[in-house]
Amino acid sequence: MGESPAPVNVRLVNVTKQFAEVRAVDNLSLDIRAGEFLSLLGPSGCGKTTTLRMLGGFEEPSTGSIFFGEKDVTGLPPYRRDVNTVFQSYALFPHLSVGDNIAFGLRRQGVSKADAAQRVGEMLELVDLAGLSARRPAALSGGQQQRVALARALVNRPTLLLLDEPMSALDAKLRKHMQIELKRIQSQVGITFLYVTHDQEEALTMSDRIVVMNQGRIEGLGTPREVYERPQTDFVASFLGASNLLPGILGSATQGYYDVEVTGGHRLRVAAANVAEGLTASSAVQVGVRPEKIHLVPSARAEEAGTNCLRGVVRVATFSGVGNQYLILSPDGRDFTVYAQNIGDALAPRTGDEVEMRWPVEHTFVVRPSGTMTNEGE
Amino acid sequence: MTDQIATTPLRVARPRRRFWLPLYSWLLIGYLVLPIGAMVLFSFNRVLTGLPQVSFQWNGFTTQWYQQWSQVPGLTAAFWLSLRLALVAALISTVLGTMLALSLVRYSPREFRGKSFVNQTLFMNIAAPEIVMGASLLGLFATLNVARGFTTLLLTHVAFSIAYVAVTVRARLSGFDRTLEEAAGDLGSSPFTTFRLVTLPLIMPGVLAGGLMAFALSLDDFVASNFVSGSTLPFPVWVYGATRVGIPPQVFVLGTVIFSLGLACAALSVLLSRRSAN
Repeated sequence: MGESPAPVNVRLVNVTKQFAEVRAVDNLSLDIRAGEFLSLLGPSGCGKTTTLRMLGGFEEPSTGSIFFGEKDVTGLPPYRRDVNTVFQSYALFPHLSVGDNIAFGLRRQGVSKADAAQRVGEMLELVDLAGLSARRPAALSGGQQQRVALARALVNRPTLLLLDEPMSALDAKLRKHMQIELKRIQSQVGITFLYVTHDQEEALTMSDRIVVMNQGRIEGLGTPREVYERPQTDFVASFLGASNLLPGILGSATQGYYDVEVTGGHRLRVAAANVAEGLTASSAVQVGVRPEKIHLVPSARAEEAGTNCLRGVVRVATFSGVGNQYLILSPDGRDFTVYAQNIGDALAPRTGDEVEMRWPVEHTFVVRPSGTMTNEGE
Repeated sequence: MTDQIATTPLRVARPRRRFWLPLYSWLLIGYLVLPIGAMVLFSFNRVLTGLPQVSFQWNGFTTQWYQQWSQVPGLTAAFWLSLRLALVAALISTVLGTMLALSLVRYSPREFRGKSFVNQTLFMNIAAPEIVMGASLLGLFATLNVARGFTTLLLTHVAFSIAYVAVTVRARLSGFDRTLEEAAGDLGSSPFTTFRLVTLPLIMPGVLAGGLMAFALSLDDFVASNFVSGSTLPFPVWVYGATRVGIPPQVFVLGTVIFSLGLACAALSVLLSRRSAN
């Protein structure tokens, strides 16, 4: 652990973690780029925390290896790894002052008391807690404790900083504030952050890249925009934001576009770039569109080029201030969710109206099905 | 009229409660402290007969026995022996008991075969009548041909103290957040350093309580000690022997000193905990 370690990539190679009955992580490979803010996002039990714990050295992979740069760290205990962790419960030492908590790692590295004190001071400055060095953790608020936990980990300038749902104990307002703070601190110190969360908004706001996990596997990987706009699986489409998904059969490609035949004989066009990898013509797929991409128009209006459209009847219309949310029933008995911004449209459809749903072809995507029929998901 | 009856008891209840609870508390404290008070009082009593023996008739105040506290030959030796014995026994049983508690809390039955058996043994050790333990230990030492003395006393005292320490420390450990140890490891501490800097300081109140209990148990143990002491007499055994001829007032003096030391320790602990709370 030097003063300023050369940034290195962290790699997980075919890592599997088998607990007695459960396979928590299933043959996972992942490159974490030096200096990036990477989020592991997924529902509880998806293996994200187990992945973090294997990187930290608290769990050993059943098979597979972990590399920090060129160095194989698989099997190394936590105290031999250049990683630090911000724990979900913060895990501050209750018998030590804030200053001693932050200096703990430095002192173990043999940094002298004076040098440690100086770096602790800088760190307290960075996390906006200057002057609280002598306090005990119990005398701090939840948000302050979280900053101490962050400072205690960051002061060691690790190759990789692991954050295990550090915001889950904070109230909504403070969480928003800390998200911005955390992003600022990360860009200031330039350390690689691996952030584990089940909160999609948190992941979308802060991350350079997002990994969506489910049942021990990676379901999606990319920048927040990529993962949101071009999900690869129906799980990602419904876990990250909401999606309207329809089962269909993928047609053949013509000039960079595919046709998907959905039930009821309708055809929807999809740009080839928005079709999940590994799908070929005539395979069973799910075609999807985000609720906010759909426009509702009176059904009499003429068709436009470059849009997909489906008919339906407004079943439920709800007003939520910033917008309207509609539930549209299509002729084949499927509900579509549609969000429309409140921009003073006097012709907003009402319950029982016949409408046409239109959305641009570019915002249509095709994902791999996993046997579940989700129309919308959180 | 009925209204008044219904409302008056509520008004009276408060002063009454204020009266009964303190009365009960002070009566209880009195009951507990009275015998000690008698001992302290009679350690200042004059003796009018020729033989220096405690009499329970008040003959006037004197500090004579405090000045002559070490003038009963066997008694002083017994007192020092008991102190030494209690210190060493407390030290050994605190270390062993803490280790036992750690192993019982930290290892699953799969990692620690016979864990439930050890738990049962701990319980039996506490529940078993001491006289049985003393007698069987005497039998054991006699069979093994071990000379009775300091060593047998020490072995006996450690044997009955470990369980108390283990139980006290275990209670402290059961609520222990192990993430703290993970955090220490994460920050570069080896398992031993983690124990020294995080685990031990946090369970220290339990360890100290267990150690103090072991010290107290050893200091005033009579039943088992009487069996295994041989000709090496600790304080309680010596006093018991002396009752047949008459107790020298110095016994009360030493008793008062031990009690005052205990009181001083308690006061110190209250003071320290108040300071750390601020």
